[in-house]
Amino acid sequence: MTKVLTDARSIRIKGRSFLAVVLSPDLPLDQWLERLDDLAARSAGFFLDRPVVLDVSELSIKKAELKQLIDDLAARKVRIMGIEGARPSQLTPEMPPAMKGGKPASDVEVTAQEPETEAEADVAATVSPAPQRQEAPQVRAIPQSLTIDEPVRSGQSIIFPEGDITIVGSVASGAEVIAGGSIHIYGTLRGRAMAGSIGNSNARIFCRRLEAELIAIDGIYKMAEDMDSSLRGHAVQLSLEGETIMADVLF
Amino acid sequence: MGKVIVVTSGKGGVGKTTSTAALGAALAQRNEKVAVVDFDVGLRNLDLVMGAERRVVYDLVNVINGDAKLPQALIRDKRLDTLFLLPASQTRDKDALTEEGVERVIGELKKYFDWVICDSPAGIEKGATLAMRHADVAVVVTNPEVSSVRDSDRIIGMLDSKTLKAENGERMEKHLLLTRYDSVRAERGDMLKVDDVLEILSIPLLGIIPESTDVLKASNLGAPVTLSDARSAPAQAYFEAARRLAGEIVPVTVPGEKRGIFGKLFGRKAA
Ligand SMILES: Nc1ncnc2c1ncn2[C@@H]1O[C@H](COP(=O)(O)OP(=O)(O)O)[C@@H](O)[C@H]1O
Ligand SMILES: [Mg+2]
Repeated sequence: MTKVLTDARSIRIKGRSFLAVVLSPDLPLDQWLERLDDLAARSAGFFLDRPVVLDVSELSIKKAELKQLIDDLAARKVRIMGIEGARPSQLTPEMPPAMKGGKPASDVEVTAQEPETEAEADVAATVSPAPQRQEAPQVRAIPQSLTIDEPVRSGQSIIFPEGDITIVGSVASGAEVIAGGSIHIYGTLRGRAMAGSIGNSNARIFCRRLEAELIAIDGIYKMAEDMDSSLRGHAVQLSLEGETIMADVLF
Repeated sequence: MGKVIVVTSGKGGVGKTTSTAALGAALAQRNEKVAVVDFDVGLRNLDLVMGAERRVVYDLVNVINGDAKLPQALIRDKRLDTLFLLPASQTRDKDALTEEGVERVIGELKKYFDWVICDSPAGIEKGATLAMRHADVAVVVTNPEVSSVRDSDRIIGMLDSKTLKAENGERMEKHLLLTRYDSVRAERGDMLKVDDVLEILSIPLLGIIPESTDVLKASNLGAPVTLSDARSAPAQAYFEAARRLAGEIVPVTVPGEKRGIFGKLFGRKAA
């Protein structure tokens, strides 16, 4: 039996990756800022309107110093959208959010406005970005999968944008599983499962028992209270048909 | 070397302190040397349940800071000479606990005692993480209701990631102690069933402690229930749980039901 789970006006929540400029400061910070100023002087406006991520993974500084660094950058009109590689103890709620899972891209050329007289500036504008879309013809990638042999506990997130996730166990209330591909749960799904999270409408969710708080495929999502109550407690397969999540009771 | 047990739950008021005292006294009555340690710095309770509140001179924080030696801070139980209490400080807060300090104290306790039972504060913050950090075994105390079960699930995730054992790639031994179980309410369906809790948490069951006024009576007397009223239903359930902790195989009975449950067996066969 197949039931329609979504109405036409569902909200889409999608994952999307963007290229950002990554700044990786080194110690001492005042000297690094000096070099940054030098770079900025030669390429006015380089950081304007660019998403900038601050990579502090190689930097052992305290919370107060990190805050000062963010302020120093703000004073230079460099706005940080996220911080990579920080320890939780370094972060405060006022700071930009922590980011992880960044993938390297080619370095960005910082074009100097004046002829590069002091071109030796190895200003680690360690930078990556170049807001170009990655639409290079892709060789069919080998499908990737992640298998978890334990229950996913409340408060845990399993995120695997590269492919399918298989869980041999249950997904607890307050836990979440996010896959680029399909999600297979050999147990009870009580938390959240989001399949096809970076844009894959063929992704599916399978679970041995559906008690989910939220399910989503390719950005189309459904909360517990919007799900047909007769599906609860059953082994279910969820898939997308157009903009509608369909559910099949499996046994 | 003794075994270090953390009694933990996430949620408050579920029976951690009661269980620490009851299991401690039950193990001590087997003639094994037991230290119960109160990690609830700032909200100490274990001394009251043990009836030792008027004998507290030094506490865990004093030992950590080097203001007192461990033997000076340990309080020997008046009724059982194998049972000792290391109280928490009531005037300090959890920031007074340091990772190195806790490691040193636990390391020392392990040398002298067969069992070191750490009564964790509620929550998932520093006090709770330090209480579980050096444990060999965790007793996860849960009441048969959804919020308690979910908090326990969260704590189990932390036991599997934030403890020394987990960081060394070993598995933390975890046991579920289902407390305040009311067979009348279970019958009416007002509480989660034992099977449901086991299915959600999927860790082995150490015991089921019935809801009972005997527990309150015992704590008003300042005695672990396994000392003050050893024949009562909760005391019997704690004695059985203590035997299971010590490695004996004792089937679990659900209060109000005749049948025993042996837990789920996850067998594995070659295909
Ligand atoms: N089995 C039980 N039956 C009745 N009351 C109980 C039982 N276990 C604990 N209690 C009561 O519940 C309250 C909280 O117990 P406590 O052990 O202090 O919890 P925690 O340490 O987890 O905060 C106390 O008043 C205690 O007497
Ligand atoms: Mg307590």
